[in-house]
Amino acid sequence: MTHYGLFFQFHFYLFGLIAVASALAFVTRQSPVAAALWLVNTMFCLSALFVMLDAQFLGAIQVLVYAGAIMVVFLFVVMLLNLGHPSEVADIKGLGTRLAAGAVGLAMLAEVAVLARQKLPPLLPDLPEGANVVTPVAGPLFREYLLPFEITSVLLLVAIIGAVVLAKRRA
Amino acid sequence: MVPEALFFSAVLFAIGVVGVLTRRNAIIIFMCVELMLNAVNLSFVAFSKLYGMTGQVFVIFVMSVAAAEAAVGLAIIISIFRHHETVDLKNINLLKG
Repeated sequence: MTHYGLFFQFHFYLFGLIAVASALAFVTRQSPVAAALWLVNTMFCLSALFVMLDAQFLGAIQVLVYAGAIMVVFLFVVMLLNLGHPSEVADIKGLGTRLAAGAVGLAMLAEVAVLARQKLPPLLPDLPEGANVVTPVAGPLFREYLLPFEITSVLLLVAIIGAVVLAKRRA
Repeated sequence: MVPEALFFSAVLFAIGVVGVLTRRNAIIIFMCVELMLNAVNLSFVAFSKLYGMTGQVFVIFVMSVAAAEAAVGLAIIISIFRHHETVDLKNINLLKG
């Protein structure tokens, strides 16, 4: 899709703005459960953006891994530690820290605005209509990046063992 | 399309940074880190429209590292909670001088 229609652009902006608004709601919620659900909303919108940027496979993986698995683990820990009550953790820091954090955020945005002046190279040609969308990702993943991909499995194994050892109750 | 995606990515990353700096609940800070990882993933996907599929491969790596990090980090939070009965970072200051 080299020529983006108005409909497409409208939905791109819509999902982007919903993602940003949900992220803002997420950092301002007191209750961890409400925050987690807003973050799930952000992740769903990001998944829609991935699909619109021709990364359909990653869009599906985003929903499955982030919204489906990682956030469930977060909510499970919130439930396990019984932290769902907002009054118990009134946790937004004082005004000075908030102003400093806002300044840091604005500085990062300004930096990006400067970087956005850079000229981007032209878009790559699109896949032919009806082409398989997973194959172009699988190619480099299993050729150039085969060793990192295999090391990832070791990383996940270590993470599983580490999580069990850390969270196990001492006898 | 790509500049807009980069813009949204930058905004989400800045929101994540502000969240990490302003919140005290360890779990929420952790979720802010996840938000920052997601923002970077959006940048990777956008750049993969310009520079080829490698960006999407890196997103897969970032996601698996994020999954491992979430598992270990939450286990650490659980074991901290056993010691201190809180996840408020105000009370977790063993290394403070």
